[in-house]
Amino acid sequence: MATTSMTMAKALNEGLRRAMEDNPKVVLMGEDIGKLGGVFRITDGLQKDFGQDRVVDTPLAESAIVGTAVGLAIRGYRPVCEMQFDGFVFPAFDQIVSQVAKLRKRSDGVYDMAMVIRLPFQGGIGAIEHHSESPEAYFAHTPGLRVVSCSTPNDAYWMIQQAIESNDPIIFCEPKSRYWEKGEVDLEGPSHGLCDAVVRREGSDVTVVGYGSSVKTMLRAAEAAQGEGLSLEVIDLRGVSPVDYPTIVASVEKTGRLITVQEAPRSASVSSEIVAEVTQRCFYSMRAPGLRVAGYHVPYPPARIEEDYRPSVDRILDAVDQVMEYEQ
Amino acid sequence: MIDEELVQLLTPEGERVDHPDYNSTLSGEQILSMYRDMVIVRRLCNESTSLQRQGQLALWAPVEGQEGAQIGAGRALAPMDFTFPSYREHGIAWCRGVPPAELLKLFRAVSNGGWDPLKYRHHLPTIVLGNQVLNAVGYAMGIQRDGADEAVLTFFGDGASSQGDVLESFVWASSFNAPVVFFCQNNQFGISTPSSTQSKVPLFRRARGFGFPGVRVDGNDMLACYEVTRAALDNARAGGGPTMIEAYTYRMGAHTTSDDPTRYRVDAEVEVWKHRDPIERIKALLVREYRTKPAVFDAVAAEADEFALRLRADVLAMGRPDPLSMFDDVYADEHPLIEEGRREMAALGLGGSH
Repeated sequence: MATTSMTMAKALNEGLRRAMEDNPKVVLMGEDIGKLGGVFRITDGLQKDFGQDRVVDTPLAESAIVGTAVGLAIRGYRPVCEMQFDGFVFPAFDQIVSQVAKLRKRSDGVYDMAMVIRLPFQGGIGAIEHHSESPEAYFAHTPGLRVVSCSTPNDAYWMIQQAIESNDPIIFCEPKSRYWEKGEVDLEGPSHGLCDAVVRREGSDVTVVGYGSSVKTMLRAAEAAQGEGLSLEVIDLRGVSPVDYPTIVASVEKTGRLITVQEAPRSASVSSEIVAEVTQRCFYSMRAPGLRVAGYHVPYPPARIEEDYRPSVDRILDAVDQVMEYEQ
Repeated sequence: MIDEELVQLLTPEGERVDHPDYNSTLSGEQILSMYRDMVIVRRLCNESTSLQRQGQLALWAPVEGQEGAQIGAGRALAPMDFTFPSYREHGIAWCRGVPPAELLKLFRAVSNGGWDPLKYRHHLPTIVLGNQVLNAVGYAMGIQRDGADEAVLTFFGDGASSQGDVLESFVWASSFNAPVVFFCQNNQFGISTPSSTQSKVPLFRRARGFGFPGVRVDGNDMLACYEVTRAALDNARAGGGPTMIEAYTYRMGAHTTSDDPTRYRVDAEVEVWKHRDPIERIKALLVREYRTKPAVFDAVAAEADEFALRLRADVLAMGRPDPLSMFDDVYADEHPLIEEGRREMAALGLGGSH
């Protein structure tokens, strides 16, 4: 297997490049994505190689980035929109939920809303307000959209290409705190489908499910738990909507315990939905209620105290202790 | 209403007037044909209002009074142009060839769309104010990338002119020199809110600030609406960029059948606008200039009546959709929640039309 080591940022860049080479209808749109290469440099060098018509430095208006992408999609293009930061997606929220999500249905399948909205999300980079949010639940709640998140460079490389190939609109959540971490990328072919959940570490005592930046935290927690004689099975969700329940259910049937991990506030969240659904499907296999390790019900805090807000190894291990206690 | 910046080629009395920039190029035959369009669209509108009052439509958005603006603009389109309407562009749908019964599917609440937008090159109605204007600009950017000899015509009203999406559309169209024409029907009211609340300057003047021309046209003058729109579309196709057209008109009826305009406007104003009726002035021109005989007008009226009967029959024949159809076309690819919902509903025995 020929693999190459690269950062997630580079993997996304290479994935976008390959998608653009494969299909001339792929057009990138966003703020500062051309000459600058994006504030995170995800599109670095692409405008130079593909020109200003395919890598469009747009005026600064998020609703217009998505709203014009809708028109391009109707015309048969496959736009890839960059929202510069999670907290800036809300001006585009109307276009996303009112048009992007509904137009295939309203046109009886005539329109392909084949577009990707890239969203650097989650915190952990010490940024100021509006730069560290996790808005995925809003989109997961909206019929017509799919929501995915990558956690490794290999997934970043393949999932961005799969998202662009999809004829459904994809909200593509990129854990910005992992952009600069390196990993092996297999350039031969993707290992999984776009929305498939993947077992990152096998275990027998507790199933721990999360996505994006939380995956690495979960793996570190599993490592620490092993020292205490506990075996955690870590599942990288990848597909946030729809969720790949068969993979999670198979794991919980085995472990009897479920913990979900996310940075977004806990209430009415992706985690809430997973716990409810898995409880319904695995009720007689469960030895403890599903627990959610999540952000608190507060606006994302100032970065000096963000690590007290984000799910940590310790908070995951506390939850592990709690679900294990139900055994007695 | 008459101001020197208003483009008018035909007075309310049906007399031609000269304009330095625009000349009417329509033949008598074309004018008669467009007269017929206006009469049929008005008949469609009135029949639809009746259907709503009889409980056969969930809602109707009357277009009466705006037929001149819409048939003028609609007949100025080239076949390959693409249109992005709001929800009152029944005259544009007619010009694009959308079957009238399909136009009414939305209002009968049997569909959230109604027709094949790619077949008729007419986008589906957009009810969230202004969304379609950005979509139109994006489509125009696609035309540019394809190097196609096409343009986009998009519609909104004086109310929607306050929406961020419309103003962002102006920025984008200007920055990218997109082949799009913004057709704003200023019908004086956004439900009850007067256009003076939306803008302290005449709407067409906003365009200048965004870097492209704005034109105010007498929206009840079909000849002027045709020429102004045709010139703007030609200019867009030739690479000249966007134009904003403000068609100054009046909504003779209610905002929708749920509205009561007597609460916010006075009869005297409505009376003034009755004398500016777009259909009557074309009829006056046809009589005056082309000696069109009463029998011709009678034939058009009879055709409109027959049209209304067919429309009514088509609407009444539209049954309740199969509830299971709500799961179709939500996604392109398989989706577990769609499959689950479909199974759940089928198990309840709710499938099938009734």
